[in-house]
Amino acid sequence: MDLAVIVLIQVLYAIASLVVVSAGLAVVFGMMKVINLAHGEFMMLGAYAAIESVRVGINLWVAMLIVAPLSVAAIGVLLERVFIRRLYGRMIDTMLATWGLSLLLIGIVTSVMGNTTAGISAPLGNFTVGAYSVSSYTLVIIVIAIVLAVALRWVLLHTSLGLIARGTMQNPQMADALGINPSLVYSATFALGAGLSGLAGALLAPMTGVVPTMGGAFVAKAFITVIGGGPAIVAGLISSSALFGAISQVATFAMTPVFGEVALLAGAIVMLRLLPQGITGRFFKGAL
Amino acid sequence: MSTPLPEQRTSIPVPGALERFAHSWKSAALTLVIGILLLAGLPYALDDFALVQATVYAVMALLAVSLGFVWGFGGILCFGQSAFFGLGAYTYAIAVTNLGDSTVPLLLSIVLPAAFAAVLGYLIFYGRLSDVYMGVITLTVTLILFNVVNSTAGPEWKIGHAPLGGFNGIPNIAPLNMPGNVDDVIGPRGMFELTVGALLVVYLLLRALLAVKLGRVIVACKENEQRVALLGYDSRAYKLFAFVLAAGIAGLAGCLFANWGAFTSPTIFGLAQSAQIIIWVIVGGLGTLVGPIVGSIAIQWLTTQIGTQQAINSNLVLGAILVVFVLMVPKGIVPSVGQLGVRLLKALRRGGRGSLAASNETAVQRAHSAAPAAEPGASRSAPDSSRKEAA
Amino acid sequence: MTTPLLETRDLNVRFGGVHATRDVNFTLAEAELRCVIGPNGAGKSTFFKLLTGQVHPTSGQILFRGKDIAGMQPHEPARLGIGIKTQVPSLFNGLSVWENVWLAARRINTPTQTERITREVLERVGMSAYREALVGLLAHGQRQWVELAVVIAADPPLILLDEPAAGMSDAEVARTAELILEINRRHALVVVEHDMSFIRKIAKTVTVLHQGAVIREGTPERIMSDPLVQQIYLGKKPH
Repeated sequence: MDLAVIVLIQVLYAIASLVVVSAGLAVVFGMMKVINLAHGEFMMLGAYAAIESVRVGINLWVAMLIVAPLSVAAIGVLLERVFIRRLYGRMIDTMLATWGLSLLLIGIVTSVMGNTTAGISAPLGNFTVGAYSVSSYTLVIIVIAIVLAVALRWVLLHTSLGLIARGTMQNPQMADALGINPSLVYSATFALGAGLSGLAGALLAPMTGVVPTMGGAFVAKAFITVIGGGPAIVAGLISSSALFGAISQVATFAMTPVFGEVALLAGAIVMLRLLPQGITGRFFKGAL
Repeated sequence: MSTPLPEQRTSIPVPGALERFAHSWKSAALTLVIGILLLAGLPYALDDFALVQATVYAVMALLAVSLGFVWGFGGILCFGQSAFFGLGAYTYAIAVTNLGDSTVPLLLSIVLPAAFAAVLGYLIFYGRLSDVYMGVITLTVTLILFNVVNSTAGPEWKIGHAPLGGFNGIPNIAPLNMPGNVDDVIGPRGMFELTVGALLVVYLLLRALLAVKLGRVIVACKENEQRVALLGYDSRAYKLFAFVLAAGIAGLAGCLFANWGAFTSPTIFGLAQSAQIIIWVIVGGLGTLVGPIVGSIAIQWLTTQIGTQQAINSNLVLGAILVVFVLMVPKGIVPSVGQLGVRLLKALRRGGRGSLAASNETAVQRAHSAAPAAEPGASRSAPDSSRKEAA
Repeated sequence: MTTPLLETRDLNVRFGGVHATRDVNFTLAEAELRCVIGPNGAGKSTFFKLLTGQVHPTSGQILFRGKDIAGMQPHEPARLGIGIKTQVPSLFNGLSVWENVWLAARRINTPTQTERITREVLERVGMSAYREALVGLLAHGQRQWVELAVVIAADPPLILLDEPAAGMSDAEVARTAELILEINRRHALVVVEHDMSFIRKIAKTVTVLHQGAVIREGTPERIMSDPLVQQIYLGKKPH
């Protein structure tokens, strides 16, 4: 029984981390169709922002939940204005330019911060379930993932900001005619996506080491999750994370973490072959 | 019926001189001549160390050509070309450790990656998955390979007599030998000649392919997959062929690489290696075969130079180069230099002639280069087909 | 009774809620020329896509010389002998006119034959002077002719033309009509068009589609004086 609870928590954690890691990309790719291969590096920037803030004395939670997302969002606005916007509509070029950007960011951060792994220890310690002990922080991530998904859906569906964003993405000329400035909307949406990525990096910093190249481990998984999710942003994010998170965690339990990684990647290939439009391309149609 | 109607007898939009040259047998002949001169002459001009360096440049050039072909001419952006490269290297290493004589391992290092590509390609092309998915899946596959091979460090992980070595890699790989005589082993000069020779042979093979029906249909698939089908060609089969061929070439490069360094490790499957190949092709010129060769040599040389000094991080420079090239030099070095050269020649000639026809032709060429979709093989964006979708 | 070249039986296709093709029974004899008309959204292009395999029917049969081709991969009907000029010209924009036609002819001819056929076809449509031209840079009317050349190069028994005269000047339209009649000597044609004077020049039988279904079939005169047809065109006076 205790083991079942532990397994459940670990599976939920795997799903939650996928949600958190992919949310920013779901916004940027799902809404703007921008293939941002520097997503992992946005996460890395968020992680470093969190670490550095903690180092200068800022409270860990403030650093992770406020400083990190805001600073990466600001960087996102800058990058969007300077060069992402030149590449709208050119999918492959965006892929390549953002790949260059990711190398650039890794290079800059390595030059400034060095190559060694920094870290913060996970807050809140552990709690026990019977004979097993689990990091309480995993529960925090699970809760944050739920809050994130709900908040994102609420913003997109029930606020005028969300409506404006969705409308502009679908038909920028129309939005323009209605007095909305599409380029402002693009900047804001990209900033939101970047901020979410920064948040993810900061949140995961206590669980993984923080090193300039940490982004690489996440970018493929994030893309797989977003593409596997399909056109509906939040519903796709959740269903896809649930599927891949569960597969990966079960495989990890069955064999090794490496096997878990491989199972996730292989599962993606199979799933995309069966459902080329992603999960919400076939199921949950019409959901957001 | 065969004369154009009066209102049509204005300028006929033909490709410029550079395009015509690039597509004719003359450019192939020129490249071949230069290649043979280098093949024959460099061993005398360079010392052993520089020759070894030139060899790895040639190996990477071969790898770059494989992607340059499948992407620039087939329209297939394979994000994980390094997977086939790595499979070639590992296949050779494992096979030669087990078999001794290197002839079969050499062949296997071409066939196995090609077979792997056949399976993967079948899933992708016969499933009619879009280009974005092709990118994600090929990237994913190379990551899977990296993860799997990287974790095989223990002694229990071996194929036959060959331990996989995990993150340590496989050291002391036996070099190629004359078929039948295990002791007659290839040396640095032989390695150079073999590699450059292979590069030239592959180049010729691809040029020949592109001149006949098979190659032309492959290029047509990139231009308009819908029309290809409506003409009765099964585009899936043609794309699969291009994909498999490129994988085989990359596998050969992998085998040569394993020989060059007598070593291979899982980083060969990594994101960094994949990124490098793409950068070489972009910088050199997508849509040409010479471009990737030039690009790979230029970038490798640059990386070596940066590596020897500590001031600037190499990721930074590579990233900056990629960004600059995508934004400002979208065609890459070779086509851009070629066009500059053509414009220079025209300017010089017009200085003496000042004819209207010449400036008309330039106007058409400018219109032509401003419409990237019209450039044969040079369009980097996803092929103009109904298959394209934004997920 | 000879097998018709093309026969559809109770052909239906639905896209989500849209019933784009309704119980279409359509028969075409060898070397027949038929025009298909209908207002926008009538399902004309969808019908063509069904014939070429680009769209798969929800139900019904498509018999080409007696063989059911419904649901085939998009390259198979072409191999059997169906060529199409699509509504928006679908060509290889980055290749030359010559290369476009060459590719079409090469599938079923040897290299030597292909050279000859390409030359001849280009002369037939009057585009010989443009053989080296890049298709992507040609004017719309010229692209239509190139596509016509591409379609006839493979010598298919059935040729589908989706709005071959669209965007053309009067002189170009007249020439296109000549071409079509000439092609009709040895090939069956189904032509979708809107221009009634063009249709009258070329067609003996006209099929009228409306909301996916065939509502009338007959000579151009009979069709144009039919009250139902006039009504669905909402007062459009045939000229």
